[in-house]
Amino acid sequence: MTDNISSAQFVNIGERTNVTGSARFKKLIMADDYAAAVEVARQQVENGAQVIDVNMDEGLLDAVHAMTTFLKLIAAEPDIARVPLMIDSSKWEVIEAGLKCVSGKPIVNSISMKEGEEQFLEQARKCMDYGAAAVVMAFDEVGQADTKDRKVEICKRAYDLLVGIGFPPEDIIFDPNVFAVATGIEDHDRYGLDFIEAVREIKALCPYAKTSGGLSNLSFSFRGNETVRRAMHSVFLYHAIPAGFDMAIVNAGQLDIYDEIDPVLRDACEDVILMRPVEGEETATERLINLAESYRGKSKEEDKQAAEWRGWAVEKRLEHALVKGIDADVVEDTEELRQAIFAAGGRPIEVIEGPLMDGMNVVGDLFGSGKMFLPQVVKSARVMKKAVAHLIPFIEAEKEEGAKAKGKIIMATVKGDVHDIGKNIVGVVLQCNGYEVIDLGVMVPWSTILETAKKEDVDMIGLSGLITPSLDEMVTVAEEMQRAEMDIPLLIGGATTSKVHTALRIDGAYDGPVIHVLDASRAVGVASRLLSDTLRDDFVSETAADYEHVRDVRAGKGQSELLSLADARANFYDAYVGDKAAPPLKPGVHVFDDWSLADLRDAIDWTPFFRAWELHGTYPKILQDEVVGESAQSLWADAQVMLDKIVEEKWLTARGVCGFWPCARDGDDVTIHRVRKEEHVVLPFLRQQVKKSRDRANMCLADFIDPAGDWIGGFAVGIHGIDDHIARFQADNDDYSDILLKALADRFAEAFAERLHQHVRTDLWGYAPGEQLTNEALIKEQYRGIRPAPGYPACPDHSLKPILFDLLEAEKNVGLELTESFAMWPTAAVSGFYFGHPESQYFGVARIGRDQLEDYARRRNVDLSTAERWLRPNLD
Amino acid sequence: MTTVRERLNAAAAKRVLISDGAFGTQIQNRKLVEEDYAGDLGLKADQKGNNDILALTRPDVIADITRAYFEAGSDIIATNTFSANVISQADYAAEALVRDINVESAKIARELADIFEAEDAKAGIDRPRFVAGAIGPTNKTLSLSPDVEDPGFREIDFDYLTEVYHEQAAALVEGGADFILIETIFDTLNAKAGVMAVKQLERELGRDVPIMLSMTLTDLSGRNLSGHTVEAFWYAVRHANPITIGLNCSFGAEQLRPHIQLLSKIADTLLLAYPNAGLPNELGEYDEAPATTAALVREWAENGQVNILGGCCGSSPDHIAAIAKAVEGLSPRQVPSRDTAMQLAGLEPFTIAA
Repeated sequence: MTDNISSAQFVNIGERTNVTGSARFKKLIMADDYAAAVEVARQQVENGAQVIDVNMDEGLLDAVHAMTTFLKLIAAEPDIARVPLMIDSSKWEVIEAGLKCVSGKPIVNSISMKEGEEQFLEQARKCMDYGAAAVVMAFDEVGQADTKDRKVEICKRAYDLLVGIGFPPEDIIFDPNVFAVATGIEDHDRYGLDFIEAVREIKALCPYAKTSGGLSNLSFSFRGNETVRRAMHSVFLYHAIPAGFDMAIVNAGQLDIYDEIDPVLRDACEDVILMRPVEGEETATERLINLAESYRGKSKEEDKQAAEWRGWAVEKRLEHALVKGIDADVVEDTEELRQAIFAAGGRPIEVIEGPLMDGMNVVGDLFGSGKMFLPQVVKSARVMKKAVAHLIPFIEAEKEEGAKAKGKIIMATVKGDVHDIGKNIVGVVLQCNGYEVIDLGVMVPWSTILETAKKEDVDMIGLSGLITPSLDEMVTVAEEMQRAEMDIPLLIGGATTSKVHTALRIDGAYDGPVIHVLDASRAVGVASRLLSDTLRDDFVSETAADYEHVRDVRAGKGQSELLSLADARANFYDAYVGDKAAPPLKPGVHVFDDWSLADLRDAIDWTPFFRAWELHGTYPKILQDEVVGESAQSLWADAQVMLDKIVEEKWLTARGVCGFWPCARDGDDVTIHRVRKEEHVVLPFLRQQVKKSRDRANMCLADFIDPAGDWIGGFAVGIHGIDDHIARFQADNDDYSDILLKALADRFAEAFAERLHQHVRTDLWGYAPGEQLTNEALIKEQYRGIRPAPGYPACPDHSLKPILFDLLEAEKNVGLELTESFAMWPTAAVSGFYFGHPESQYFGVARIGRDQLEDYARRRNVDLSTAERWLRPNLD
Repeated sequence: MTTVRERLNAAAAKRVLISDGAFGTQIQNRKLVEEDYAGDLGLKADQKGNNDILALTRPDVIADITRAYFEAGSDIIATNTFSANVISQADYAAEALVRDINVESAKIARELADIFEAEDAKAGIDRPRFVAGAIGPTNKTLSLSPDVEDPGFREIDFDYLTEVYHEQAAALVEGGADFILIETIFDTLNAKAGVMAVKQLERELGRDVPIMLSMTLTDLSGRNLSGHTVEAFWYAVRHANPITIGLNCSFGAEQLRPHIQLLSKIADTLLLAYPNAGLPNELGEYDEAPATTAALVREWAENGQVNILGGCCGSSPDHIAAIAKAVEGLSPRQVPSRDTAMQLAGLEPFTIAA
């Protein structure tokens, strides 16, 4: 089973509470100023450190005393203590003293075989007794591992020893030693590449173990030249993370964005770190050293093209930038206006209340009247955010409240779900309209939502989710809000949510107002009415009456008649078995580690992309559309620019797996025979039960499989590598690029599914070798065979995904994981089954009866309530 | 020869097992007086209220209550030793008797467990009975300072608490306890000291002493007093390889529901839940009827979320009998497979996928 999800793809470990790494922290500890030292820890967590490293190794300090004092103090600070700790010391007695003060599950940094196996294992056992994960240095009796082979050999030996005493492999973190490169000593040239290659091999040889390292060593030769050091670190991570590098002790704020590094410098760093062959007389090291001189003390400077509007008065420029969504000069302009206002005796808040709000009002009016569309609004919001971010320090220095928000709203994607494009769009739109949005992110448990609501005294809560299990989680949130006796409005949105579900399940669970919000454009209207003294009561009672009506309709008639399961089965779809697809030419499981992004780009189906931005129409006609055409063109152009970068700079990696297995239909089940493993895997499918008009069958996917023996396939594809770019956009207050990239990644995943299916039909399974289809025909699915996905109408039960993933070994083969609600991670992913029969077709299972529910629970070997949870969208 | 760990797992695979209910309220109902408690031990302090010392002075009372729970349907009995550690016994000047109290309490439970098991065996029924040696949290905490002015201060330290727990655990095992039940965990670090103590004991004895862990929540959002969420708690104590994990005391079953549901999904070991009999009324008494409690916990069993059910404060043999009857014939929870992600925790969980 793949029942977990990473909270993080790459983990940044905060290093500011380390006396060897931070001069300031050292000074505070030496001066016994623990109160200020605690604040350093708090800032790190606030700035996003997911784990904090604490190190007190300083010759003049009583390290045991300093470590225990500091750990006890931060234990009393819930804002800090919420994250795990890394207890860092070269002295075991300091580590053990620290372990006695830490109540969660920390990481020990570090243990090694330096003093021999006996001491290593004794310390490892202690880690197990205290319940701690451990960093294991690639160090043995001989010394520190320098070459790749030594690193791998030592780590593997340590791994085998640890697993041998029952140390949980997932609690091991190897540090294969980052050494300085470009030192001028030829032997050191390989250090960067050796590290990266060792990481790859260690990860393959030591299942579940992690890797870590300290980056600052790498660039040691360039002390004093921050530009070069930062570039080296970023380039190193850029290559090490895909190799399996999981975490680093690093100051996240001091990493550069890979593709924003000067390409000349970036290339030089890559030549050095990756040992790429270089032309000319200089070695890679010499070139970097020479180049480094020119970066000493120099900051980035960009040439700006002065457009006509740049000559206008600053207020007009700001308004123009907002309306047009141009962010290039917004910080300078904001600063210019702030200084002007300050010189005239005004306050920084006036910049926001003046031209910025004027500009946003123009945007709001245009959007509200349908003259401006979502992509532009999001771009405008990016400009606003950057301006506000610039002003906040000045406003805070003045110690006065910012512009009073119209209301405070929590936005969250519920527990078990990782999809957030829609939630982010709604958040941006609300912010543009003057609401304060507290975005709790994805996978948010109800307890966090309620706690935050209470702490922040919010005016309403907005929940989002894309997959059907999220509907249940939303009911849980509503129930818990009821239990907590809250009465603030609950807003429900997201692709699977509906007015009917909201009325039937969520509204019933919570006495406060519950409102289903169809799309982002409705969000502001709903929020403003809910917060209006005059409109609120009417709106709430109208909505309640509307939902009451929905419930009445559902409770009464108006529903199509259901057949008994036996009758529905008797009316199965009788596919002609003589036409079934021949066995696959290449059976078994096929893994694709890196499908060409350029190829996928050509296969993208653009219509859903525009729909994600709430621009409705079919591509390519939408580009000429009278109403949204201009907006669509501009979005399209931005998408192409980003696509160029994605493909050229290889931002993303498309990884996929497919497989084919012999099987047979057995009632509504398809039983797969895994010959080599001598086991059967059952795929239980659901059958339509709604009574059909004459001679139309009650279909089930199993109907397309021959009971006498047949073949079925499965696939899972995912787009990896998005996180670093998203983090970069978020750090830059750039919601527009954030949403754009996520939407494009989704498109890549869909295109990959389509391309892979084609490859399957023409080559791997090979039942349609001569198929020649245009991209348009592909998008219209004018081919033989189908690829229904768990969670979609023909196969609505998401819980088939774990079975499919196990068959494909999707986690191992392509790094795809499932959340507890069966959402796939990374988010841009598609999975499904292949049916090759020419008559196989898509259909919707729709409503099913209790009899099928009970039958299904028996077939899945689960209790009724579990089956009910899985199939809820198909039940009355 | 099967180990006790295997025997409990085997029994729990067949049906939902039943543990016991409260001892405190049962003792109160007997209206004992100072002489009952003090006996002829000649201790310097008054003993009234020192329920644990009755193992030495009125063993018949403890045996009667234990028997009543077995008769009501308990498969597992916890010893009446919640406060039988030197920290808590210091309030009664009875520190010197800690070992005796624990040994005698465990003996009473062991003897009765063996009798009930043997009687069943005579009738051809294979139904093992188990004794869990109960260890309370003490009234001191390792994670919090009692002095708001000095947040770094601690009344006790890890090594001392480990010693305190070790003394109690060793005596309970000596008296015949099958498991060590570290219960009512309000401070996760206290529990980690308990785990350390049992691990030391295991090495001294050269055998497995299975640990049962039971957390208690102090607020409805699902945290204990040291601030850990249920998930973070599980990650912080998983190294104990506990035979059961669960929640007790806290509030009534009604309020525990979402937390049981969560823990049930993530813990790859048996789940033991024993809530209070509702919330105390305005007089501080628990008045939830046995049928009410039973109906609430039955829901968990129906949803496949529990392996062992019992009662905490306010529950009686009648509650246990009602629970046993309510869950009869229901399938026990299926233990999920072990998660291979790296699971770390501060007050909140943090995982890095495999």
